[in-house]
Order: sequence, then structure tokens, then C-alpha cells
Amino acid sequence: MPAAEAAGADEERVFVTLMLADQLCGIPVLAVRDVLAARNITRIPLAPAEIAGSLNLRGRIVTAIDLRRRLGLPPPPEAASRMAVVTEQGGELYALLVDQVSEVLSLAARDFEHNPPTLPMLWASHSAGIYRLPGRLMVVLDVGRILALTAAQ
Amino acid sequence: MDDLLVDFLTETNESLAELDVALVRLERTPDDQLTLSLIFRLVHTIKGTCGFLGLPRLERVAHAAENVLGRVRDGELAATSAIVSAVLAALDRIKEIMAGLAEAGAEPAGADDALIGALDTAAAGREATAPSRDTDLPLAEPPLGEVTTPAPREGADAVVAGQTIRVGVDVLEDLMTLVSELVLTRNQLLQLARNEQNSAFAVPLQRLSHITTDLQEGVMKTRMQPIGNAWNKLPRLVRDLGHELGKKIDLVMRGAETELDRQVLELIKDPLTHMVRNSADHGLEGSEERRAAGKPETGRITLNAYHEGGHIIIEIADDGRGLSIERIRAKAQALGLASEVELAAMSERQIQRFIFHAGFSTAAAITAVSGRGVGMDVVKTNIERIGGTIDLKSTQGAGTIFTIKIPLTLAIVAALIVEAGGERFAIPQISVVELVRAGLAGEAASDQPVIERINETPVLRLRDRLLPLVNLRELLGLGAAVGVAREFYIVIAQVGSSLIGVIVDRVFDTEEIVVKPVAPILRHITMFSGNTILGDGSVIMILDPNGVARASGSAGNGESRKPLPATAETMTSAARTAMLLFRVGESAPKAVPLGLIARLEDIPRERIETSSGQAVMQYRGRLMPLIPFASATLAGESQAVLVFSDGTRFMGLMVDEIVDVMDEVLHIELGTETAGLLGSAVIGGRATDVIDTDYWLRLAYQDWFRAGHDPHPGALAPHLLLVEDSEFFRQLLVPVLVAAGYRVSAVESAAQALRLRAAGTRVDAIISDIVMPDMDGRAFARAIREDGAWRGLPLIAFSGRAEPADIAASRQAGFTEHIAKSERDKLLATLRDQLAPVGVESGVGAESGVAP
Repeated sequence: MPAAEAAGADEERVFVTLMLADQLCGIPVLAVRDVLAARNITRIPLAPAEIAGSLNLRGRIVTAIDLRRRLGLPPPPEAASRMAVVTEQGGELYALLVDQVSEVLSLAARDFEHNPPTLPMLWASHSAGIYRLPGRLMVVLDVGRILALTAAQ
Repeated sequence: MDDLLVDFLTETNESLAELDVALVRLERTPDDQLTLSLIFRLVHTIKGTCGFLGLPRLERVAHAAENVLGRVRDGELAATSAIVSAVLAALDRIKEIMAGLAEAGAEPAGADDALIGALDTAAAGREATAPSRDTDLPLAEPPLGEVTTPAPREGADAVVAGQTIRVGVDVLEDLMTLVSELVLTRNQLLQLARNEQNSAFAVPLQRLSHITTDLQEGVMKTRMQPIGNAWNKLPRLVRDLGHELGKKIDLVMRGAETELDRQVLELIKDPLTHMVRNSADHGLEGSEERRAAGKPETGRITLNAYHEGGHIIIEIADDGRGLSIERIRAKAQALGLASEVELAAMSERQIQRFIFHAGFSTAAAITAVSGRGVGMDVVKTNIERIGGTIDLKSTQGAGTIFTIKIPLTLAIVAALIVEAGGERFAIPQISVVELVRAGLAGEAASDQPVIERINETPVLRLRDRLLPLVNLRELLGLGAAVGVAREFYIVIAQVGSSLIGVIVDRVFDTEEIVVKPVAPILRHITMFSGNTILGDGSVIMILDPNGVARASGSAGNGESRKPLPATAETMTSAARTAMLLFRVGESAPKAVPLGLIARLEDIPRERIETSSGQAVMQYRGRLMPLIPFASATLAGESQAVLVFSDGTRFMGLMVDEIVDVMDEVLHIELGTETAGLLGSAVIGGRATDVIDTDYWLRLAYQDWFRAGHDPHPGALAPHLLLVEDSEFFRQLLVPVLVAAGYRVSAVESAAQALRLRAAGTRVDAIISDIVMPDMDGRAFARAIREDGAWRGLPLIAFSGRAEPADIAASRQAGFTEHIAKSERDKLLATLRDQLAPVGVESGVGAESGVAP
């Protein structure tokens, strides 16, 4: 749940911002363990389509999830290098593959909005809300729901 | 709880475990003074400490037990079974109180008067009948060799005490994890160094590598425990079981000092206990039965553990009655695990392995001890979960041996790295039996294993076995191979008791890998047992051969699968044909060759529907026509149906009752006038009508035989003789030939064929394999051509190899044709040509008044 309701309007939250097919998105900075270039990803046969594979993060095996696929976006242009945002859930590490990782922003709760009802289903179910930034909007990704890939396909 | 109490609990629990073992030993050798004094001392210590800590209940019980033991030690009482039981009961009570103590920090309330009364009675010798043993007492100074073995406690402990410390298990676990990581990093560094010549790092790296290896071994050693720790409850268990079941049981334990990782030890403890319990309950017979069978009255369960190449092997053997194949077969059928037809095609070993299925218990009566429905399947699952395998060997009347093979440690395993579809995978070395490079049928070097195809299913012919093959690339959905491969790398993997060949693109080295569990969102992919990081830093998946076998078993939807034996283990009585007997109305029993039937089904009546006058049912996602056999009654709640299949289509023949399966040497008297019957034969001592499968198939599908030909109506079908040493190919080919309208006799050797000739059997053509033991196909052909009634017959060589040279050699020997085994259509075409002219216009369609 967004903290906006409980906390005062001036309270600030910090996000790592990233790009996904020209859409600015944010992940709470506390949920991010690492940011690295998405290289040497091993494909996992028979895995759900959203799972891009697994990679080695300093001796730990990280499952990579293709965020574009997860959100129903078209695949990235060939040969585009991608970044991975590593996050942890239940003791396991997951890497979210994104197009680009940009700056870390500190945002005030008063700029927070709930999802507009017209947001596409896939987005709405993986987003915790929207921040109004000067000139653009940032979608807050709900990491928990993104990782809730059901095992049974 | 204060520290003193914690120490007391830990120490006393250890003493209690030791006491259990010692008491059972004492019962067997009542004169063993060493054991006796060990027991006395242990109980005495417990009593003393209880008094000191102010635990009155424990003290009273221990005191009463000590009294009894004291009198035994002094030779005033003999250590009879009754006395040992009384002391064991006291120990149980002590354990109970201790459990309460551990939980609440204080002794639980309760009365021990009855127990103490019993102990006092025993101490008073009122129940004991044996005389005192004063005369035996010279044993007080035992031979030196024995001093060290049973009770190293007092002397050894005093020395060791200062040199051991208690370390929490979690500390060791953490250490192990760290070492695993270190090994990985070391491997990575070595890989890097290999690419650089004359690196200054080379020497220190070498040293780091050695130290890492030593460290790994050292840490592993701290986790090692003798398997005896998992066994020390068993003597007591077996003793109690023996009393309960009224059996005399000897438990022999060998190799108790064999060490293995404590994690593994914990995981096999329960399965082992369960298996020993099973052996005692189901495996061993009662004394009466054993005497009657001419065995010693006392049954024996042997546990044996030893190391073998990075694994520990544990055998649990009993000399009991062995598994009853008949009972397992019946049970398997009752549970619907396999049809009668499938069971008939299975080897004894395959049938025995049914006991590993869930809910399988063959015990006729469910006893309190075992047979509760959770059984060997749980054992098998638990063992497989730790990367182990379980197998059994049972001889009826002589006993059963279970063999468990498990890795010494779960943390680091050796694995073979392979590649398929551009991805690398690790296969645990424990399940890799061998690696072969196979060629395609017809072009492989003579001593090379060969891939052959049956329908579309590839199989590997390796030495004298046929193995099922799976292509890893296809199985994992990694896309088809580019170009046509001429050679294949095949990993032969052990899955349970059978072997499976896994086709891979490349084979690399073996590597020590650290197994890590896969992420939760990938756990549903049963083909992987974990993942790991290789020396070069890349992540790869670890294949689970069990999962691969399971996946491949269902990959073909099972539709095109005929009930062939899973492996080509040769079956006996090849000259016999398995016939399925069924009953329709009151007339003579009917029979059909078992090989022609795909399945036997018992279908609830309500599932049968009618579609344009024809009875049909949904079967594996399609509509299957159902044809009633002549005067079948078609009543009752369910309908027995024989299912025939040509691989894509199914047809069901409704009959009244499926009676039996019998092996019989078939002599069909032909010439019956009744439509749908081939003739009659004597089966099981009774005249039986053999049905004409063609006829019924054609009722269901006018075009059942794709070629549309109707070669041999009526009873004039040409008689073919098939000479083939491989049971597998016989099973495969006979139905094809029969379906093509021929009568077929199949024999497994040239000698058998020549005996048929001597007996005056008339045949119209002969199909023979070339490579056969004793007399090969070409020698057989020469013998045929030399003289005898068959000298002018068409003689077709049907061989795995069909190079020009092979063909020439076959012609030379007198064969009419030489056809490769992969070319079944060509075989049928050749037969048609050779046996022409046959086939008058069929009248079957017109006379099919039997159809509903």
C-alpha cells in the first residue's frame, strides 16, 4: 500500500526510476538490492514466458523477469542493451529486466494518485499508483505483484 | 531452563540411546559382563544426577531399574527377556518424563507405582526362573581384545572430553555454505588463469586451490557422522517388533562406522526405520512358516553400509518370503496402475517395482506395525529427493534385498555438463551410466550402437538391449536441430531400474557443482532438480533424470504407444503367443492375440453414446466406435471393451467378460464359416474360437487399412514365417503383418524354424533377420535353399543394415530380397508382390449384418 494515506502530505518517498517502452516507472528504493547490466542470462527451458532466465550475481543465482513481457509490452529492439534491477522476496533474488535505469528521485506524497480506472488491466494490476512529476507521470511498480507469477501455468 | 538441566537432558538422552542398544545386546548374550556393567553404570549415573538435580520421579524410576540391574550384575538374577522388558519399560518412562522436562522445565505429574511395582517384583526374582550364574563368574576378567569394543565410554571419554566441543549445527551449515561458495570462486579463478599463459597468479592460485580443497574436505568431515547413529534405535525397534509379532528376529548391522553427511543422515533415518519395520513385518515369516519352509526359525535382517565411489550404499536384506509377484500383479491391476495386457508384457523386476507406487501395500492384513498405505512410495520419494536411488531384488521364498545408493553429501556433487539447443545443462553423475556415440541405422560402423525407429519413436540398440530415447532439445522445447545429424551423443541415464538414452548435442567435462534449489516460481518444472554456477560464472540448470523420464513418458500423449515392454529384457517361451480369452454369451470362449490389443477397458455404461446408429464413446479426446461382438449381452453397469489401435485410431470391441491371458503354442484350425472368426484352437485345454481381428476392425472403419487393400479375405491368408531373435521386433512386426492380412508364425531362431520345416509346417514366405546367435540369417537361407519343402519359397532378409554389400551377400546366400528394418512399408509391398496373385474382391462389407 502506498504510504501516502497514512503519512502526511509532505513525507517524501524515494524511488529508483526506470524506463519501459518510453514509460517512466519507479520502484521503491528500499526494494532494490542492486542494479546491473543484463548480461549472460541463461535461458530456462519450459519456464513461463515472463521468465527471461537466470543470472549470476556474485555467486547467487538470480531469476530474471522480463518486465516488458510481464506488462504485455512489445519486445525491445534487437541488440538493445538492457538493465536489471535486483530485488528480493522470500529470501530469493529476482532481477527485473528494464530498458534503462535512470536517476533516484525523492517524491512527496502529495503528488501521489491512485491508478486511474482507465489504466490497462496488466498495468493496473502491477502498479501501486501514479506520481505526478513535472511534465510527466511515473508509474509505481508493485514488486510483490510482479513477482507473483503463478507456478501453475 | 538452567544450563545444568540442559546439559543433563543432552547427556541423558545420549545415555538412553546407548542403553537401548546395550539392553538388546544383553538379552541375546546374558553373560556379557561388560555390557551388563555398562548398563548398570549408565542407569546408576542417571539416578545419581536426578537426585542431585532434585528430580524425584526420575530418580525413583531409575532407582527401581538400577535395583533390578544390580541383582543381575551380582549374578542373583539372569537377564531374561522378562527382566530386559521391565528395564526397557523403565527407560521408556524415563524418556517420557524427560520429554516433559524438556518442554516445561519441570517433571510432569504422573504415577509410576505400577511400573516400580513391576520392577521390584522382577528384582525380587519372583518372575525370574533361571538359577543364579555364580559359576560363570570367572569371566570377570575378560580377554583383552574385547575390552575396547563394546564400551569405550569411561576410559575413552575422560581423554576425549577435553578435546571435543559442542558446536551448533547451524554454525556448521553456515561454514559449509561458505566453503561451497569458496569452491565456486576458486573454480572461476582457475578458469580465468587457464586462459592466461605465464600469469604471475598461477603459483599462488595453485596453492589457494589446494587449500580450498583441504578446507572443503575438513568442513565436510565436521559434518560427517557414522551411519550407526541412524541405526541405534533399530535393535530396540526390531526386538519390540519381534515380541509384538511373535517372530524371532536377528538384526545384523555391518558397516555402522561408515560415515556420511549429517544432513543426508537425518533424511534417511525415517526411510530406513520404515524399511526395517517393513522387513520385520511383511518380509519375515513367522517361526512356524519358516520351519515349514526348512529355514532356521530365527529370521534375519541385515543392514550393510559401505562406500562406493563418492556414494554410500545401504543394503537392507531379509531372508524372508520375498515379494509375491502374483499378489503385486493383482494389486497393480486392482489399483489400475497397469492393465492386464501391460502387466503381461512386464518382467518380474518391473512388477516388483510397483511396490514403490503410492498406496501400494501387499500385506494381506493391515497390522499395527506397517501396511498403513504410506509405504515404499514415501521411502522412494524421500530417497530420490536427496539424489539417491533405491532398487530391490527379491526371490520368492528366499528374501528381499533393498539397495539404497545416496550421495555422501548433498552440498557438492559431480555432474556431467552437456549441451542441447545452445544451452548447457548438468546431469548428476550418479545417474549417468555411460556415454555413447550412436549412428543411424544402416550407416553406422558395425560395432557402433545404432538408432532405429519404430513408427516415429527412436530407440537405441545398444549391445543386446533396446533403450527408449529422448531428445533433450525436443523435450525442453529448444527447437529442432539444424541439418540432419549423422551421429548422436547419447547419455545413458539410470532411472529407477531402467535405462533411458538422452540425446544431447554436445558433451563437455564433468564438474563439481554446488546444487542450489531453483526459484519457487520455477519449481513446477519437474525436469530440473536445481541449478548451479559453473566455473566460468554462468548459471546452468541441473537436469533430473527422473523428471526427464516422466516427461518423456507422457510426451507422446501415450496414443501411439503400444503396450510394448519398456526395455528389451527378453521374455521366455517365444514360440508361444499370449492370447487373451474372453467370453460372449454361452458359446465357446473366444481368443485374440494379446499383441493386437492396445488396452483393456471397463467402461461405465453411461459413457457409451449413440451416434447415427453406431455405439461410440469418447476415448482420449476422440470418438471411438464400439462394435458389439456377435451376441454380446450389452447389459450391466459397465461394459468390458477390448481396444484396438493402429496408432491414430481406436476401435472398441464390446464383449461380455474378459477371462484370462494365456500363453499357448497356437495351432489354429482354419476353415470356419462364421464371419468374424479365424478358426479354432485349443487354448488352456479347451476348444476356443480365435477371432479374425481384421473383420471387426473393418466393421468399425471401412478403410482401417490405409492402403485400402483387402488382401486375403476368408481363411486363405498366406502363412508367413518370421525368424527374429529380438523379442522386441517380433512383438512389433507380428501385429503389423497380421493386420496386413497374413497369418504369422514367429520363432526366435533359425533352428526353431528348421524344426517347423521338419514337422511339415506349410508356409508361403519367410522373413528372417540376419544377425542372430548360433545360426545367422544367411546360413539359414542356404539351409532353406539346399533342399526341403521350403526351397522354392520367397525368402526376405529383414535386417538392421542394408548397405549394398549386405544386400549382395544376402542375395548370394539365397534371399529373394533384403530390406532394412526401418522400411516396413517396403516389406509389405515386397510381400504383396511375392505372394501375388492373391485377394479376390472383398465381400466383407456386404455381409456385415452384425453391425448395429
